[in-house]
Amino acid sequence: MNAPSAALRAGRDPYHIGHVPATGEPEYTGHGAGGPAPKRIVVGYGFWIFILSDVILFSAFFATYTVLIHARNGGPGPRELFDLRNTAQETACLLLSSFACGMTSLAVARRSLLWTEVTLALTGLLGLTFLVLEIHEFLGLVARGAGPTHSAFLTAFFSLVGCHGAHVSAGLLWLGTMMAQFPAKGFKESIRHRYLCFSLFWHALDIIWIGIFTVVYLIGFLTP
Amino acid sequence: MSSNPDDFELGSHVGEDHVSGRPPSEVEHPTLRSELRGYLIGLGLAALLTAASFWSLDEHVIYGPGIVMALIVFGLAQVGVHLVFFLHLTTSPDNTNNALALAFGVLIVSLIFFGSIWVMYHLNGNMIPASALAEMRPE
Repeated sequence: MNAPSAALRAGRDPYHIGHVPATGEPEYTGHGAGGPAPKRIVVGYGFWIFILSDVILFSAFFATYTVLIHARNGGPGPRELFDLRNTAQETACLLLSSFACGMTSLAVARRSLLWTEVTLALTGLLGLTFLVLEIHEFLGLVARGAGPTHSAFLTAFFSLVGCHGAHVSAGLLWLGTMMAQFPAKGFKESIRHRYLCFSLFWHALDIIWIGIFTVVYLIGFLTP
Repeated sequence: MSSNPDDFELGSHVGEDHVSGRPPSEVEHPTLRSELRGYLIGLGLAALLTAASFWSLDEHVIYGPGIVMALIVFGLAQVGVHLVFFLHLTTSPDNTNNALALAFGVLIVSLIFFGSIWVMYHLNGNMIPASALAEMRPE
């Protein structure tokens, strides 16, 4: 510790606190010593914390489903209820939607309004198709008497998958507002940060869906 | 890919803020081709792992009792693919905080998920069977 204190006595700033060199790369980016991080890094980090808290919420629903999968009250189980073809279609829709959202990010970085709007519309349409497939599945189950009130297993199923569907619905509303904000307000910094948060949200929903089709549908299908 | 740390922030490259003191001209933009290739690799790997998950349900492909473990492995691998290619979570200095937050999230999720299964399994094991409960009921 001798060298820094000597440097301090000499009136210098050995750790470059709050200081970015006038030329070249800051030396300590990401370690707190190169001055405050750029705002988009801070915004992304904050929203990432929210997403992780949302994932923790989902983990409780996943645990509930796994624990209650045998609590069927004499009713049907996953093997009788689930149509894996429908699940595969939903999975494809959401994966392609996530990819389209990535394409939007490329368009936003290049300030291309046309491509931003086109790829956002594609993202939204694929998300909407997913939602329609899911609602169709839910209505079919309820029509067969396998609604959420029939057994603890079905309550857990509708809670978990429905919670994800609610997130997708909220994401679609957000997507709609983004489609309006880009033409109305342009590619301002604040709008681009807003879009960054949306893209994190949308990609994260696809990650949750990986857990759902694996644990709820596929492993559920194998559970007698 | 260039070595500019700005290329690797969490989420997508949606345009840079200019760090004070760094002239905008020094900020290298990743090319459309390289970024597009990243997303396409991610899409390809994710589609492959999804297809593997659905196909593994066919008992002739994978040894029956091993299917559940195979599904878990495919699922975790696909989560990894999405984190790297779609969310751009990497080991760059700008991502240190994001990776640490993710590690903490994984810890809590594991505690809740596996902890619940563990506790409830043992609770079920210790429950009095319904038939024995009926015999204990006063006449």
